[in-house]
Amino acid sequence: MESYALLMAATLNAGTVLAIAALGLLINEKAGVVNLGAEGMMLCAAIAGFAAVVHTGSDGLGFLAGMAAGAVLAAIFGLLVIYLGTNQYATGLALSLFGVGFSAFVGIGYVQEKLPQRPSFEIPFLADIPLAGAAFFKQHPLVYGVIAFVFGLMWFFYKTRTGLVLRSVGESPQSAHALGYPVRRIRFFAVIAGGALCGLAGAYISIAYTPLWVEGMVAGKGWIALALTTFATWRPARILLGAYLFGGVTMLQFHLQGLGVQVPSQLLTALPYVATIVVLALISRNPAWIRINMPASLGKPFHPGS
Amino acid sequence: MTVLNKRSVLKIAAISIVAAAALVACGKKEEAKPAAAAAAPKAEPLKVAFAYVGPVGDGGWTFAHDNARKELEKQFGDKIVTSFVEKVPESADAERVFRDLASQGNKVIFGTTFGYMDPMLKVAADNKEIKFEHATGYKTADNMRTYDSRTYEGAYMAGVIAGKMTKSNTLGVVASIPIPEVIRNINTFTLGAQSVNPKIKTKVVWINEWFNPPKETEAATALINGGADVLMQNTDSSAVLQTAEKMGKRAFGWDSDMTAYGPKAHLGSAVINWGPYYIKAVGEALEGKWSTGQSWWGVKEGAIDMVSVAADVPEDTKKKVDEIKAGLKDGSFAIWKGPIVGQDGKEVLAKDVVADDKFLGGIKFYVKGVEGKVPN
Repeated sequence: MESYALLMAATLNAGTVLAIAALGLLINEKAGVVNLGAEGMMLCAAIAGFAAVVHTGSDGLGFLAGMAAGAVLAAIFGLLVIYLGTNQYATGLALSLFGVGFSAFVGIGYVQEKLPQRPSFEIPFLADIPLAGAAFFKQHPLVYGVIAFVFGLMWFFYKTRTGLVLRSVGESPQSAHALGYPVRRIRFFAVIAGGALCGLAGAYISIAYTPLWVEGMVAGKGWIALALTTFATWRPARILLGAYLFGGVTMLQFHLQGLGVQVPSQLLTALPYVATIVVLALISRNPAWIRINMPASLGKPFHPGS
Repeated sequence: MTVLNKRSVLKIAAISIVAAAALVACGKKEEAKPAAAAAAPKAEPLKVAFAYVGPVGDGGWTFAHDNARKELEKQFGDKIVTSFVEKVPESADAERVFRDLASQGNKVIFGTTFGYMDPMLKVAADNKEIKFEHATGYKTADNMRTYDSRTYEGAYMAGVIAGKMTKSNTLGVVASIPIPEVIRNINTFTLGAQSVNPKIKTKVVWINEWFNPPKETEAATALINGGADVLMQNTDSSAVLQTAEKMGKRAFGWDSDMTAYGPKAHLGSAVINWGPYYIKAVGEALEGKWSTGQSWWGVKEGAIDMVSVAADVPEDTKKKVDEIKAGLKDGSFAIWKGPIVGQDGKEVLAKDVVADDKFLGGIKFYVKGVEGKVPN
């Protein structure tokens, strides 16, 4: 039983990284912009956050530095695709490749560094509950933060005026423009917000999840986060569930081996990716599932006056 | 006009692609002779190149190779020039890199991972005047030889320490790719632990990669959750040690001294020192005495060591490790000496039989005490 509780804990932890990044990407996709640069932004944020903690010893500053790095890269991306009208997919891919290389270059001096010893987190009293304590209440604060954030985001998208405007920019930028909303500026801020959250996820990887820096350490999590937004048909709560599902499958492959279950490890390694393809194939069969929630102008540039 | 324009655009694109490829192929170079330029004309330095599988900054496998390369430069000074290309994938790309290195005038080329075997063999066949040195492989040619280190000797000493320090009698190994070398290390680690503690069980998690810190972390977490309290890894980064540090368990450094990555968790580092071999190989090439063959160096040749053993390891265990080192050096002690029993209870090595290198090179089974099945 104990090991199942710990599997649960590891799943929540792994899912949190994916959820933060995917929720960030959701914000800019709701505004109609696809940013394929998630992997690159997360890597740059990972090294920025790691370096900040090495120099200041403060996790908080590390997370801030990571968010700033993600936001700056996203701002460059936003400038290119929103104001200069470059192709979103090509620019996003370029950003991703740039981020992989740039983070490796900047990070050369930090490979041998290690972070100061940090306290482990636990919620008083609740952490002492047998099994449930180990499973749920000994996590990094961000693990709980992301759950609160999902509810906040749902409220923002569906209950506030600003959220409505953001979504309308992603659905029909022409109409929003006609109503007098600054479409490009709104998209720009949405892209920056998305970048900041991807940055937070990247910093979480290098500061809390695997507290070290090596190049390429995000290891494809940015791409999974991108797939997650589609996987969840652009719904915040589904993104969170999807993230836990993916985190669970990732952790399960190692736990099954640790528990001595006889499954070929190569097959288990492929599981998360197989799961993505299966789910994408399933939801794509029913166009309504995708179309109802997919921002109608996703990936389409908008030029005021055209 | 438009056609012409399009053509010139294509031309420019083609040129820039070639230029980019050339840039990548050049890799990084470290000139070893800053002061020699002004000196009188000398014999041209021997060009030595290395192809690494990981980044130099992995803190483990590739880091150890690069340290040895620096040692090599120190040893031979301006007689040689070394260069390296890092992160060369174990794929068709490797062949292209080796061809580039050959065409740049390198006379000795080291390839530092198993997967370069066939690409190197192909390039060696076309460049008879160049000496190729391949790490951890088994195919040779007139101008290509193999070298390896007996990493299992380090694993055995780690096992002795682990067997003494474990409280749960359960050890964990984060394993990379199921080849004989890795399986041998898992077995030897277990044998070492059982030599001081017969109740030892070893759990294994395979990640099917040499270098992927997040995966290594997740695998280590799974092992600790499964009850293991001392971990070893046959992967290339320090992530397993760091995970043990974070979760309050113990672990080892592998390939390089990793004390700094987890000072509380660190029990010792099983290190590989490639320096002596590289110096010997390049020395032979300089003197024209190079000939093909296979080398497998261990504690005896100074290639393997157990260093930075933790302060809380009992004195008698430290003494035992020193005895093992001494025994391996003078040949009085053999690790793979019967009776050794396989996982299924059948004897794989009869009493007092010492395994030869052929036996060691073909280990595809687990010994008794290792849990799970060898992936195939």
